[in-house]
Amino acid sequence: MAEQQNVMEARELSRYYQVSRGLFKPRATVRALDGVSFILAPRCTLAVVGESGCGKSTLARQLTLIEEPTAGALILGGQDVATADAATRKRARRQVQMVFQNPYASLNPRKKIGTILQEPLVINTDFDARAREAAVREMMAKVGLRPEFYQRYPHMFSGGQRQRIAIARALMLKPQVVVADEPVSALDVSIQAQVLNLMMDLQDELGMAYVFISHDLAVVRHIADEVLVMYLGRAVEHGAKRAIFEHPLHPYTRALLASAPRLEAGGRAAAPPLKGELPSPLNPPSGCAFHTRCPYATAECAQLRPALRPVAERLVACHHAERVAAAG
Amino acid sequence: MTALLEIDNMTVEFGREDAPFRAVDGVSLSLEQGEVVGIVGESGSGKSVSSLALMGLIDYPGRVKARRMGFAGRDLLAMSPKERRKILGKDIAMIFQDPMTSLNPCYTVGFQIMETLKVHQGGSRAERKRRALELLTQVGIPDPQSRLSTYPHQLSGGMSQRVMIAIAIACNPRLLIADEPTTALDVTIQAQIMGLLRELQRSRGMALLLITHDLAVVAENCRRVVVMYAGQVVETGPVEQVFHTPRHPYTQALLNALPERSADKARLNAIGGVVPGQYDRPSGCLLNPRCPYRAERCAREAPMLRAVDHGRQVRCHTPLNDEGKPTHG
Repeated sequence: MAEQQNVMEARELSRYYQVSRGLFKPRATVRALDGVSFILAPRCTLAVVGESGCGKSTLARQLTLIEEPTAGALILGGQDVATADAATRKRARRQVQMVFQNPYASLNPRKKIGTILQEPLVINTDFDARAREAAVREMMAKVGLRPEFYQRYPHMFSGGQRQRIAIARALMLKPQVVVADEPVSALDVSIQAQVLNLMMDLQDELGMAYVFISHDLAVVRHIADEVLVMYLGRAVEHGAKRAIFEHPLHPYTRALLASAPRLEAGGRAAAPPLKGELPSPLNPPSGCAFHTRCPYATAECAQLRPALRPVAERLVACHHAERVAAAG
Repeated sequence: MTALLEIDNMTVEFGREDAPFRAVDGVSLSLEQGEVVGIVGESGSGKSVSSLALMGLIDYPGRVKARRMGFAGRDLLAMSPKERRKILGKDIAMIFQDPMTSLNPCYTVGFQIMETLKVHQGGSRAERKRRALELLTQVGIPDPQSRLSTYPHQLSGGMSQRVMIAIAIACNPRLLIADEPTTALDVTIQAQIMGLLRELQRSRGMALLLITHDLAVVAENCRRVVVMYAGQVVETGPVEQVFHTPRHPYTQALLNALPERSADKARLNAIGGVVPGQYDRPSGCLLNPRCPYRAERCAREAPMLRAVDHGRQVRCHTPLNDEGKPTHG
């Protein structure tokens, strides 16, 4: 029963890359994504946050079946598609569509908007030209693009309008899940609000789930239902938005929240911002990957990697979550 | 006391002489010694072009005009280009938005820092090297000795921005212009870089002109803010007052569009339309097609920047009151 209700489930999803370090050196393995699990319900928005290099975009590429994960399972419609054959994966791709970060790079400059929006239908359905055009025009009306735009090229549009086109393209196949990789970070504040409103309206109307990848915590706090915080390829905290924003228990989540600038004067939390940068994923620290920057780190942290465990209504991967909670 | 930087009615035009496009339209700005001022606005508002004009970086066919452009009692416009170059990079320094593309990929970090020193201060090679080391230490780069001989591609975004800051402060500038210094960086690194800029600004009594689209960054770091829209200053004043009781409808709309200002999952108060570009500048007030309080007069007559309250200016026929409603009269 529960199985039927979820539109997507990731189980210990991992993706390793082999990278060359030089002509005569052995290849190294980067664990870009290392055992991430979550369950996504319909009409639910899961936000994935973390610094660049934490594996957010790698996760997006696994979820959209652009790449095949190294290990783990991705369950779509009750079927594991991570290790399935090519035909199954192709069918599954209809269910998961993607909106990319930079609308200036994600639309083909040589194609008209109508052609761009028809392409998913050409590849995945057997609609004839008339049916495709009707579907495209219907979708354009839904996302607030005027009918005359059908014949125009991407360069004639502003960033906000292009992102509307990109969203329309993602929705052409009526997917159950839309993976949006930083969909508003290239846009201005007022345009960002327009696009976020559109995404929320479409979710109400069409009922798909979002995997919303972002580094902007204010946006995440507004749009998400659940939050997954990642650090060096692993989930460090995962739970309902309210729990995570109001009582973060992982020291990294706390640091992220404390680093975000606030509009209200004097609103910045007392916790000092993080020192140092994200360690190299080629050579991650032993034990807990965060221990090199963590104010709560002890000898245990350098040796033993903490597992995700339930603490106070969320999952957190920290040996000292109770101590962090007690620190207020 | 005279202001450190005084710009009076600066205009930057591009395109044909008879039908110019005004990217910056009558901007006036003054900065005291040691003051931190923020310029906010969306893309296309002219904030970056203003700073480039100030640095003399607008090339032909762009035209910069101003009634006065004074720095430390000297007139920048009356100077010969050679004289002006002595000030730029030394007394006025600038940090650009994207640190990864601002450094020259062909030269080492050490060479690029020493180049600035060589041009403006001279001194022996050993002295310059010692100073470069000192600068890298100041901007918080670990292991500065070995970093001197690294190339920009070996540095992360945060480290590159620290190197850019080291180059900018190399000659002890009196004014630092930071154009979106943290936009390309992660939040944790952004907090580090802003902290570093503020600390340098305080310890050296340097004036800082912070150009950004991020209202929260301005709220945390600046005393005074200038809000720009389509090349014009629409509102200026102390940060707390401007953000608490905006007088201009555009400032209000910008603040209301922030997710922080809306209830959970509610629709955001988006302002329709986009910043007008070269070919669609409206007549009258430039905001009027997007303004919720538009009156008949707004499309006819362009408002002037005028003083309201204490130390605040607003460009609107019907400035908003404390309740955020337009005043008529």
